[in-house]
Amino acid sequence: MATLNSNIPSGPLSQKWENHKFSSKLINPANKRKYKIIVVGAGLAGSSTSATLAELGYEVHNFVFHDSPRRAHSVAAQGGINAAKNYQNDGDSVHRLFYDTIKGGDYRAREANVHRLAEVSVNIIDQCAAQGVPFAREYGGLLDNRSFGGAQVSRTFYARGQTGQQLLLGAYSALNKMIGAGGVISHTHSEMLDLVVVNGHAKGIIVRDLQTGGIHRHSADAIVLATGGYGNVFNLSTYARGSNVTASWRAYKRGATFSNPCYTQIHPTCIPVSGEYQSKLTLMSESLRNDGRIWVPKRKEDAKKAPADIAESDRDYYLERMYSAFGNLAPRDVASRAAKTVCDEGRGIGSTGLGVYLDFAESIRRLGEDKVRERYGNLFSMYHEITNENAYTSPMRIYPAVHYTMGGLWVDYNLMSNLPGLFVLGEANFSDHGANRLGASALMQGLSDGYFVLPNTIATYLSTVKTGGRPGTEIGEFKEAEENVQGFIRRATSGKGSRTPDSFHKQLGKLMWEHCGMARNKAGLEKGISLISDLREEYRTNLRVLGDAENWNQQLEKAARVGDFIELGELMCRDALMREESCGGHFREEYQYTAADSEVQQGIVNVGDVKRRDDQFAFVAAWEFPESADKAPILNKEPLVYEEVKMGTRSYK
Amino acid sequence: MKVTLKVWRQKNAKAAGEFKTYTSPELNPNMSFLEMLDVLNEELSNRGEEPVAFDHDCREGICGTCALVINGTPHGPHKGVTTCQTYMRSFKDGDQLIIEPWRAGPFPIIKDLVCDRKSFDRIQQAGGFITVRTGSAPDANSIPVPKGNSDLAMDAAQCIGCGACVAACKNASAMLFVAAKVSHLGLMPQGQPERYRRVKAMVEKMDTEGFGACTVTGSCEAVCPKEISLDFIARLNRDYAVSLLKGEPKRLKGGGAG
Ligand SMILES: Cc1cc2nc3c(=O)[nH]c(=O)nc-3n(C[C@H](O)[C@H](O)[C@H](O)COP(=O)(O)OP(=O)(O)OC[C@H]3O[C@@H](n4cnc5c(N)ncnc54)[C@H](O)[C@@H]3O)c2cc1C
Ligand code: SF4
Ligand code: FES
Repeated sequence: MATLNSNIPSGPLSQKWENHKFSSKLINPANKRKYKIIVVGAGLAGSSTSATLAELGYEVHNFVFHDSPRRAHSVAAQGGINAAKNYQNDGDSVHRLFYDTIKGGDYRAREANVHRLAEVSVNIIDQCAAQGVPFAREYGGLLDNRSFGGAQVSRTFYARGQTGQQLLLGAYSALNKMIGAGGVISHTHSEMLDLVVVNGHAKGIIVRDLQTGGIHRHSADAIVLATGGYGNVFNLSTYARGSNVTASWRAYKRGATFSNPCYTQIHPTCIPVSGEYQSKLTLMSESLRNDGRIWVPKRKEDAKKAPADIAESDRDYYLERMYSAFGNLAPRDVASRAAKTVCDEGRGIGSTGLGVYLDFAESIRRLGEDKVRERYGNLFSMYHEITNENAYTSPMRIYPAVHYTMGGLWVDYNLMSNLPGLFVLGEANFSDHGANRLGASALMQGLSDGYFVLPNTIATYLSTVKTGGRPGTEIGEFKEAEENVQGFIRRATSGKGSRTPDSFHKQLGKLMWEHCGMARNKAGLEKGISLISDLREEYRTNLRVLGDAENWNQQLEKAARVGDFIELGELMCRDALMREESCGGHFREEYQYTAADSEVQQGIVNVGDVKRRDDQFAFVAAWEFPESADKAPILNKEPLVYEEVKMGTRSYK
Repeated sequence: MKVTLKVWRQKNAKAAGEFKTYTSPELNPNMSFLEMLDVLNEELSNRGEEPVAFDHDCREGICGTCALVINGTPHGPHKGVTTCQTYMRSFKDGDQLIIEPWRAGPFPIIKDLVCDRKSFDRIQQAGGFITVRTGSAPDANSIPVPKGNSDLAMDAAQCIGCGACVAACKNASAMLFVAAKVSHLGLMPQGQPERYRRVKAMVEKMDTEGFGACTVTGSCEAVCPKEISLDFIARLNRDYAVSLLKGEPKRLKGGGAG
């Protein structure tokens, strides 16, 4: 069994972070320079932490598979970033942001981490504004805010519809400054394909240079993974096509535990699938729910009618009806499931019947088309590009799609995995969002981890590492890891099979969506596991990669990533099967509220809402790779002990 | 619908390239241009031919990775969109589509339709930032920014670093890109202390990377997916001229008070 010590500091919740910073060991400036740190990833988490570590004086090496750090998937975030600034004077506070996030995560996140996140949120906005991030402003020149799901205050900062790009450009500029100053060595087009563990500590990585095909060994005193989320296990998602789980998965296979893999977020407002050729699903930002109203026809006979032909009285604004307090701003998991329910009832719209309307007619009447254009113009034009429809004159068609993964590598309070020396940041770790992430809080977490948390907490580990003790890359552990990578490449390019990596990815995606998607049950998950194991066997024997390994080869890159997704898919199903409760984005059909429950009778929740089982499942699952691949993974549990918040029934009514 | 594709194929940076002609499989007009290439690649692979290498990632017009010249125009026929936001409904059944990579000296070809744009990163490393150490920032609302300035800065900041402007320019000039970066930071109060140092460093780096001179033909603005305005080039030129007049700041003799 793995040793899991969450290392949560003692003391009252609101003082833990301050106390921890004070009691942590410091490393003197002359010694910092002697430590070499590898950071894999340059999204918000990876760029911000690389820059900050270098400012502190560490020798930093940054690796990305992209051609430039600026292209990390963080660039695509649209809506905004939360912070407890209370600039709107609407009653926000660190405590409220903390509470909303814990509740939003359906009481499955670690209390102390979430509190720290809320505390640090205010520093993030200061940092970004000082870097020149062009946040939206009011006429007085001060910062503007908007509302996001799961909150009743306006605490979301934004930069038109491209908050992610602007925050990333800020972090990238900090990174560039340090690359220019020689503090960070940047390795682009470099994909990490294995982790090297020496005497139980993470001490290196094996990297493939995507341009030349060269395989290189790199050693360091500590390794930081900031490699993003794994939603592309579903093939169709709102992620960039290149996002993948490989770095995390290879670390898992080297002994890092993988937590809550089944917690995935399905975002309610995305453009529906249009055909078999579809390669990605495009998000329509949650911010649209500030002014857009979601509806379907009341009667299924009306589902195929044009929206204009459906009278106001024949429309069901189902979120407003079911969740009157939050209405269209109900959290994502709730809004997505509600969309699925009305579509399952046959009231879904569009040619496939898998769609609902997001309607701006009323806002356009109230605010005028210009105001709506100013707020959401780029989203409306994106919608137009993709669908050839005009959302100013008829409602958008939307449907839920895979968007974010709350699960990830297990980390303690210091963001260190159970493998000493391996740190995990941003979407790649599991820690802050429990079973459901609220909108605008992933950007906050990435930057909190990267700018403010890791640069402090990494010293706790480094202070135990002798300077100059870094292993050389000629030792057996590096050799074995490199041989592992080379072996895969040889097998993949030997040209025996007949199926492309893409065809496996599509098949896996459909299987995951069907058996481990928005609604899960025991029989379906068991079937999923058996189908995935067949797929895995076929992948092993029937994969074909064209081209050679000595040149740029996208099919080879894809092959490695898809192989890892197949294995991850199986673990996700196992995790979902083990978790015999519903919570946040994890909906087990067997565990939902019914009319017989007192919470329904008291009007706290609706029939069909998720039903947690705190007596048995208030823990973080941390899966450990078994001794050999033919054995089942080992389940470790970290109990969730709440000191301040009471685990309540999550109500948005 | 079906189209004929003339695609640039090149094994690696050193190899000579050539056009190869393919007939597309049956297409749906609602496919994106890149989905059309996906379908072509599956077909090529199933026939045992190596798929066409092309760059892409977000497929929603924000990461700046996709980079195809379609019938002579970077990012294809539509104004204000990237290659990945180009849909097959923009073409007709039976059309011939010529697909090439960005062609510019500072963007060497890696393979087929993929080129190397690291020179853009190096320009930004030379000065495209505001120096602010993590943790040293004042409260965000202590630096008010007039909405007009902030909106204009945002217009410039939308640049996605795709390089279409360079690909469209007969001199392979990177002026629109650098102008966007310089204007974004130069329009904000936070960006003032380093304003002239920044512009000078970035322009000089642009020259040493081998990008050509700007003769203001406007071909860059015409293909820019984010519709970055030529006005920013005028702003860059002004700032650059001032930076030359100012020269290097004089160092005062002696150290501190000790
Ligand atoms: C369309 C969309 C919109 C979103 N909008 C919002 C929003 O409005 N607000 C919000 O808070 N959140 C939003 N999110 C979520 C948020 O954007 C992400 O969770 C977050 O940006 C992830 O950042 P990251 O730094 O952890 O990882 P990423 O940005 O995904 O970066 C991963 C990095 O790791 C590198 N990498 C990965 N694997 C390897 C490897 N094996 N070797 C080398 N390098 C590797 C990549 O090159 C990249 O640099 C959105 C997400 C999507 C999909
Ligand atoms: S200025 Fe326009 S064309 Fe040039 S890199 Fe930026 S977005 Fe691309
Ligand atoms: S693939 Fe990201 S802009 Fe086209």
